[in-house]
Amino acid sequence: MILTLVDYGAGNLPSVERALRRLGAETKRATGGAALAGADAIVLPGVGHFHALARALAQDGLGRMLRAEVDRGVPLLGICLGLQAFYERSEESPDELGLGWLPGVVKPLPTGVKLPHMGWNQLRRRGPSALLAGIPEDAWFYFAHGYAALETGEEVVAVCEHGVDFVAVIERGPLYGVQFHPEKSGLAGAAILRNFLELAR
Amino acid sequence: MSLARRIIPCLDTDGEWVVKGVQFQGLRRQGDPAAFAARYNAEGPDEVVVLDIAASRDRRPTFIETIRRVAESLSIPLTAGGGIGTIEEARAVVRAGADKLTINTAAVKRPELLTELASEFGSQAVVLAIDARQGESGWRVWVRGGHESTGLDAVSWAVEGASRGAGEILLTSIDRDGTLSGFDVELTAAVSRAVGVPVIASGGAETPEHFLAVFQQGLADAALAASIFHENRVPIAALKRFLASRGVPVRLEAEPGAC
Repeated sequence: MILTLVDYGAGNLPSVERALRRLGAETKRATGGAALAGADAIVLPGVGHFHALARALAQDGLGRMLRAEVDRGVPLLGICLGLQAFYERSEESPDELGLGWLPGVVKPLPTGVKLPHMGWNQLRRRGPSALLAGIPEDAWFYFAHGYAALETGEEVVAVCEHGVDFVAVIERGPLYGVQFHPEKSGLAGAAILRNFLELAR
Repeated sequence: MSLARRIIPCLDTDGEWVVKGVQFQGLRRQGDPAAFAARYNAEGPDEVVVLDIAASRDRRPTFIETIRRVAESLSIPLTAGGGIGTIEEARAVVRAGADKLTINTAAVKRPELLTELASEFGSQAVVLAIDARQGESGWRVWVRGGHESTGLDAVSWAVEGASRGAGEILLTSIDRDGTLSGFDVELTAAVSRAVGVPVIASGGAETPEHFLAVFQQGLADAALAASIFHENRVPIAALKRFLASRGVPVRLEAEPGAC
């Protein structure tokens, strides 16, 4: 199995790639939609501003091919901004569209706490999760973001709190998403990536 | 469930080797940054900082290679900096594997750089490094490795830096740096109260109590130190257990294999 990493210039792509290779995964980078065709499993990395990803999705058939692959049941893991792109839009860049797989709009975290939400935090589980299988309930994950989805649908299997409860992990069909950075979250993060590799196999 | 206070070892390098200096003076070599990074990856700090304190232009490619080697060894976040003055230089640092950049002298010279970097890499990747020294009233910002006074007020500069796009402040007390007399708790608290972004305290740590004070009274979000960690005089795991026992939220990672 080869894991396809969507390469649109996201700063964390090399880290994601390194973390996956450490687990023995075979990876390749896909620039543009065409390179996604026939993927076994896909990772959509991301960090930074929503417009960078929204713009990339609109170019080179990337958004269209991602949809086609997900429709075909190919497992897709969205990381940070990658997860945020699963929603309809983000208030960080209100004129641009997300993929719209999940209902709702990504919002800024509330003021009154230090922003960005930067550092290690814990999750609260809301349902059974393949990504979190075997990971201790009190495990820590590394976050670096100022925006998040605040939705409460059944796809939300874990939330985190920073001024407000926000979506930390979603799972729905072939869609998997995490707001934190598993590639930077030490052993717990490696366990998330290993779980994704297992379920994609 | 709450955001953990972070413990950060800092690899001060001459671009290639980890070096040690007191109050920004008199450097001597301590070892290979990648070897330190590999050790820290197993010891449980929350991120690692690697700085090129020489920041000489000719040695830039060497430092980029150092960042790449350090990043290779880490599965936790990496911040890198020293002499970054342009978007292109920042991009090289990010491409080499840094998650965040520290900007110091260049931001004082041209504050718009913070905004440009934030729009290119996101605020979460832009760390404004401030070297502060006690002045007649309050604290002043010094640049060029602590050699040149700017006259800027450190607290006001932190506020301006955050409003221009810095997502974090790395605050070093020049007075305390290398003195092992404890963090400048007052300086840290003054900056932490004034800005809405996380503040990393740096300079002067020697004992676990110094860390406790900078988290509790200094309101720091993270605390950074170099040689006390490199020389294992304050083992990171023991420091975190001490802080946890005093009610500071810290991340204690399970032993390998527990996941």
